[in-house]
Amino acid sequence: MKQTKLAVALIAILLALALFPLVGEKFYVQLMTKVLIMAIFAMSLDLLVGYTGLVSLGHAAFFGLAGYVLARAAPQYEAPSLWTSLPLALAACAAFAAVTGLLVLRTSGVYFIMVTLAFAQMLFFVFHDTPLGGGSDGIYLYAKPEVKLGDAVLLNLEDSQVFYWFALGAMATVYLFLQRLLASNFGRALIGIKTNEHRMRALGYATFRYKLASYILSGTLAGLAGYLAAMQFGFVNPEILGWHTSGGVLVMVILGGMGTLHGAALGAFVFILLQEALSNEAWLGPLAKHWPLALGLFVIAVALLLPRGLAGLARRHRG
Amino acid sequence: MAEVLLVASHLTKRFGGLAAVNDVSLELRLGQVHALIGPNGAGKSTLTNLLSGDLAPTSGQIHYAGIDLAGLPPERISCLGVGRSYQKTNIFLPFTLHENCRLAAQSRAQRPWRVFSRAAANEDINAVAHEVLDAVGLAPRCEALAASLSHGEQRQLEIAMCLATRPKVLLMDEPLAGMGPQESQTIVALIQRLTASHAVMLIEHDMDAVFAVAHRLTVMVNGEVLASGTPQEVRANAVVQQAYLGDEHGALDV
Repeated sequence: MKQTKLAVALIAILLALALFPLVGEKFYVQLMTKVLIMAIFAMSLDLLVGYTGLVSLGHAAFFGLAGYVLARAAPQYEAPSLWTSLPLALAACAAFAAVTGLLVLRTSGVYFIMVTLAFAQMLFFVFHDTPLGGGSDGIYLYAKPEVKLGDAVLLNLEDSQVFYWFALGAMATVYLFLQRLLASNFGRALIGIKTNEHRMRALGYATFRYKLASYILSGTLAGLAGYLAAMQFGFVNPEILGWHTSGGVLVMVILGGMGTLHGAALGAFVFILLQEALSNEAWLGPLAKHWPLALGLFVIAVALLLPRGLAGLARRHRG
Repeated sequence: MAEVLLVASHLTKRFGGLAAVNDVSLELRLGQVHALIGPNGAGKSTLTNLLSGDLAPTSGQIHYAGIDLAGLPPERISCLGVGRSYQKTNIFLPFTLHENCRLAAQSRAQRPWRVFSRAAANEDINAVAHEVLDAVGLAPRCEALAASLSHGEQRQLEIAMCLATRPKVLLMDEPLAGMGPQESQTIVALIQRLTASHAVMLIEHDMDAVFAVAHRLTVMVNGEVLASGTPQEVRANAVVQQAYLGDEHGALDV
C-alpha cells in the first residue's frame, strides 16, 4: 500500500517534470535543468553522507574533475562525442576516487572531513596553477557533446528542451539505480556500517571494501553531474572544484534530509530556487546583494527546526 | 576427549605498564562450555577481545583451524568461524529484529556485487534470521525495532545475531547480564543445546548458571589465571575459595 502510493507519487512527479519544458519559459527550463543536475550531485553525496556515514567536504573534486576532463577532451572549436568524453570523465572520477579513497577511508569523523577537503583543494590548485587547467579563467567549451549514431544525430543537446530531458533522464536513472542499490545486500551493508561499523566487522564484514566501493560509486556519480554541469554552462573554471561547491552540495543534502534520496533532490531544488529568488534584483532591490545572508538564515532555521530536513517534514504530515 | 577447536597460549595484553591479560592459556573444545569467571577488572573481557580480534595481543598465539588468529582483524576471525556476543549490547538500534539478524546472516552469504536483487527477498538469509530469532525466543517480535526492546531482550538479540553468523566457536560475554529469571532460563537452555555442536567460552557472573552448564572453569584475577579445571576441582581449590568464591560451602554469589 505504502509502496504503491510512493510509486504513484514518483510517477506523477516525473511526469510533471517531463512536461515542464512544454509550458515553461526558456529561462525556467534552463534553471530546472540546473536543478536536475545538482540533484544528481546531491544524491551522489547522500550515498556517502546519508547511507555510509562518511561526511565529505571534498565532493566538488569529482564534480570539477569530470568537467575539466570534458573540456580537455574536446577539440578546440568542435563538438566532442558524448560516447567517448562521458566514459572518459566517469573513468577519471572513479580512478581518482579509488586512489584517494584508499587514503581518506583510513580516517573517520572530523579527520575524514579534513582529508577530503585537502584532496579537493589539491585538485583545485592543480587546475588553477598548472597548464592543465587554463588558470583562474578556466576553459571554454564551444559546443556541447554530440550524441550521434553513425552520421545520424540522436539528440541535439544544443536545444535547451532536449538538454533538459537528457538531464531529467540522467537524474531519474541515477535515482532508480541508487534506490535499487540501497535495497540490495550491498546497500543494507552500507547502512549497517553507518549505524554501527564495529558490529559489522564483528559480524564478518570487511567494511573497508564496502566503504571504498561506496566512495568510488559516489565520486563517479558526482562526475556525471559535473560533466552535465560543464556542458550546460559552456565553461569550466577552478570554482567548480572549490570548497564552496563542496559546501553547497553538503548543504543541499542536509537541507533535504540526509539518508533519503528524494530529500537530497528536494534539497537541490529548494537551494537553487532560493538562491535564484533571493538574488533577484527585480524583486528584492538592493537586498538582493545580500542573498547569501538570507539563504544562510534559511538553512540555519531548517537545521534547527527540522532535524530530518525538508523530507522529514513531508513524512510528518503523512502521519 | 572432545576435539580441541581453539587453543590460546601465553596470551598477554599490555596497556602501557598494565598487563590486562598476563600469560593466559586455555583450550576450547567442541561440545564443551569453558566458563571464565573472576571479579570485575580481572581481564575476562580483554581476553575475549583478543580472541575475537577487537584487540591485538602484545604476545602469545591463538591456534584455530591450523592458523594463528593473533592480530587478525575481527572480520577475518568472524568469517573463520569464531563468533562473539558483546557484554555491552552492540546491536543496530534503528533496525527491526529481523533486519538485525538478516544483516548478520548476510555476512555469511556475501555477494556484495549482486547489487540489483532485493536483500529482503533472499529466502535463505531470511530463513536463518527467523531460525536464530526463534532459538533465542524473540520470533514473535521479529518486526519490532531493536530500540524498543527491553534490556534483557536486547541481550537475547545480541546472541541471535552472533548465531546467525554460524560460528563454530562461541565467545559469550555475560549473556545473562540484566535478564529476568525467565529470559535467563531460555538462554541457559539455549547454551546447553548449542554446546553439542559448538565450542563455547562463557563469561558469566551468575554462578548458578555457570555451574549448571560449564564443563571446565578458569578463574582469572588481575589478568592472570588463578585456577583452571573441572567445576569440582575449582570449587575444591582452597586458593579460589579464599580469593573469590567465599568460604561457606560454595556460597557462590559474587
